[in-house]
Amino acid sequence: MRIGIDVGGTNTDAVLLEGRRVRAWRKAPTTADVSHGIIDAITDVLGQAQASPGDIDCVMIGTTQFTNAIVERRHLLKVGIIRIALPATRGLRPLVDWPADIKAAVHGETYLIAGGYQYDGRINSALDIDALKEAARDIKRRGLTSVAVTALFSPVNQKMESIAEEILRDIVPDVRVTLSHEIGRIGLLERENAAVMNASLADLSASIVNSFRRALHNLGIAAPFYISQNDGTLMSAEFVEKYPVLTFASGPTNSMRGAAYLSHLSDALVADIGGTTTDIGMLVHGFPRESSVTVDIGGVRTNFRMPDVLAIGLGGGSLVMQGEKLAIGPQSVGYRIRDKALVFGGDTLTATDIAVAAGYADIGDRARVAHLPSKMVNEAIDLIHRKVAEGVDRMKTSQREAPLILVGGGAILINRPIPGTSKLIVPDFASVANAIGAAIAQVGGEIDRVFSYAKTGREAALAEARAIARQAAVAAGAVPETVQILESEEIPLAYVPGGAVRVRVRAAGDLAIAKRPPSPTTGTVASSG
Amino acid sequence: MTLEVVDEVLNLAIEDLEDLARGAAFLGTGGGGDPYIGRLVTQEAFRAYGPAKILPPSKIADDALICSVAGFGAPTVQLEKLTSSEEVEFGFRRLEAYLGRKVDAILPAEIGGSNSMLPLMLGARIGLPVIDADGMGRAFPELQMNSLSVHGVRATPLVVIDEHMNFAVVEANTDRIAEDMTRALAIQMGLRVFISGFAMTGRQMKEAAILGTLSVALGIGRAIARGRREGDPVSSLVDYLRTTDYYRHAKVLFDGKIVDLERNTAGGFSVGVCRLQSLSGDKAAAEVTFQNENLVVRVDGAMRAIVPDLICIVDCETAEPIPTQNLKYGQRVKVIGMSAPAKMRIPKALETFGPQAFKLPEPFQPIESI
Repeated sequence: MRIGIDVGGTNTDAVLLEGRRVRAWRKAPTTADVSHGIIDAITDVLGQAQASPGDIDCVMIGTTQFTNAIVERRHLLKVGIIRIALPATRGLRPLVDWPADIKAAVHGETYLIAGGYQYDGRINSALDIDALKEAARDIKRRGLTSVAVTALFSPVNQKMESIAEEILRDIVPDVRVTLSHEIGRIGLLERENAAVMNASLADLSASIVNSFRRALHNLGIAAPFYISQNDGTLMSAEFVEKYPVLTFASGPTNSMRGAAYLSHLSDALVADIGGTTTDIGMLVHGFPRESSVTVDIGGVRTNFRMPDVLAIGLGGGSLVMQGEKLAIGPQSVGYRIRDKALVFGGDTLTATDIAVAAGYADIGDRARVAHLPSKMVNEAIDLIHRKVAEGVDRMKTSQREAPLILVGGGAILINRPIPGTSKLIVPDFASVANAIGAAIAQVGGEIDRVFSYAKTGREAALAEARAIARQAAVAAGAVPETVQILESEEIPLAYVPGGAVRVRVRAAGDLAIAKRPPSPTTGTVASSG
Repeated sequence: MTLEVVDEVLNLAIEDLEDLARGAAFLGTGGGGDPYIGRLVTQEAFRAYGPAKILPPSKIADDALICSVAGFGAPTVQLEKLTSSEEVEFGFRRLEAYLGRKVDAILPAEIGGSNSMLPLMLGARIGLPVIDADGMGRAFPELQMNSLSVHGVRATPLVVIDEHMNFAVVEANTDRIAEDMTRALAIQMGLRVFISGFAMTGRQMKEAAILGTLSVALGIGRAIARGRREGDPVSSLVDYLRTTDYYRHAKVLFDGKIVDLERNTAGGFSVGVCRLQSLSGDKAAAEVTFQNENLVVRVDGAMRAIVPDLICIVDCETAEPIPTQNLKYGQRVKVIGMSAPAKMRIPKALETFGPQAFKLPEPFQPIESI
């Protein structure tokens, strides 16, 4: 049996799965002390299923705590920032475009060092080992405990970043090191930003992982636990301690993966309708499609992989405003829906009240919305469906109709066909799809590198890229036979004849559940040539 | 010689760079590279040295020596190597040394995309005025594709420099050959190099350059920003374009949703077709063909605008210009067509960067006559 937990800002959800079957589930408010909430949730689902801690093979946890720390600028460490790229990049120093408050919170010292590669893996400058050693000694003198290392074109060749790590470990005892190639892609500033954010979370990640570990230990669960990352794959506890930023946006990913699992569909649209917003995404081969543009987190530009999710201001708690023109959202009563909505005895007309008045949702006291004019109710129903339909249409990848899976507590708002979709599906356990998504997460591997098609030919280059991605997934703990290529993308480098093409391939497979706990060390590997 | 000192010029502050970058991205007509990195470097230079001084072309003496600077290579590589300022200055100084004369003012080579920013950085850094004009009033993929070259200004001697301060001086019989030589150098030097060249007199600049385009780019960015405050960015943008000299034949050619995207790579360029469908139920369809930049738009099979006239795809709500690599299925967009400046439509110009230079079947037809 396995347990999936989703620690959100509002709720902590848990599910107990036996094979494909959901044995028990629970939804409760997130507690100030997160580990208490986790203990309560696990105790509850074990009790419901009359299972014992020894029956659990593994525990998967999704959490928003790291994103919140960056957004709120809390619990962040000062970071030693090493950039290996001189003489390139010297026009723009690290953190150049960061908001002042977070810059002040994370900037320890900056070291610009000669080194780095060309787009095709040739050395651009020899690595200045002496400067690197001097930087390490300075980091030690200043008492900085976490370091972010970013080298020019490290996604193409990671060697110089790895050498830097060795030198840092030699000179600075117990230093935590973030290597940019493990979390980011081509785009030095954005990759460096992600690495620095990651390094600033080093203490917090250790303490959060410890609190999870303690909670499971107190419950007598000896099974390994994993934390889900934003591409729907898992990281070991040790790996998330090193790379907490990879959890950013894992919430929407887990919901979508859970929707795929519950509906037995791997290619579909998903709308996760919460209290305030609806997250709409597209499942491709069972995984959320990734965003191809830079993503802003807490005011900092990054380029690491994120699910391509469109958030629209519509949820169960959305305010319905009857002005000259009827309007719904984006303002919402949010988590106070149980006090504020008409059907719960409150004084605010919400989208939930409309669904109850229209007769297709049965919650609260229907009599309290009986007075609403049916013309207005119909208009509001139309508007709700139109908003979802527009969002769905924006997220579709082709004109072909696709099924739409509704999950989340607000799924009750929709009961009519949505144009452009082939059918509407509201699976059982839709309200805890996120925890289910965590429970079924796979392990993955990735490569992002520039290949020269002129040298090797396209087919050979793609085959090599796929093999490297598969190997990375297996190294991360996947059962080799289950590994599949999820995504393969080729981006020709514009203005360059000679067939230089940036190739990105992602692979993932089922987690090998062994007696001996597997220890994924690399959730993602941008492998070198 | 000395430049005439003027009072009334375009005063560019750090706060203007975001609007200018957005306007430049719009004039990039889908290509030209993301001005983000260039904007950051320029911002840093303005902070360190004060803003670059901008001069209107009329204030440049006929015998002044003018040169251009630009980045050359692959935008993807610029995302890694960023841009330094030192090599741009050094390359510019090598050109001066080669010419044996000090340059009096900098002319932006390409207002569309990331090359709009580099001259401003250099101008601020070395205290040289930047002329409110450029070499094409848009973006184009190759060195010889610009108004200066078709009006007899030569790109060469051209200094090509990398971040290591390795440099070469290209001398070639035609700018087309200079393009081939520079491309070969760029590949060998890591695909992000900076070029300094197009030495010309003030008089040649006034005859050959597209004048006033820095102001126009800023005006475009400001019109979009104003539209966002007031509620209708695309109308605000088009209204503004109609007040400009060059782009006054501006119209929204299509309003719809991207329903298909086809991308290929050919000869080192990103080539493709973007297909759109109207959302108003009239079943109208459009397609935009691009090679880095947007080349031609056809609505229900009929050509509505064609290179060198400008074709820009913007988000229908925010008027944000969308570069070709960021086009995605499902985006709601408007396709805006605009007249190219007259200097960009002369026979020699059409021969160099008209429809046939991009292997399109139809002859050039000005947008205002379609």
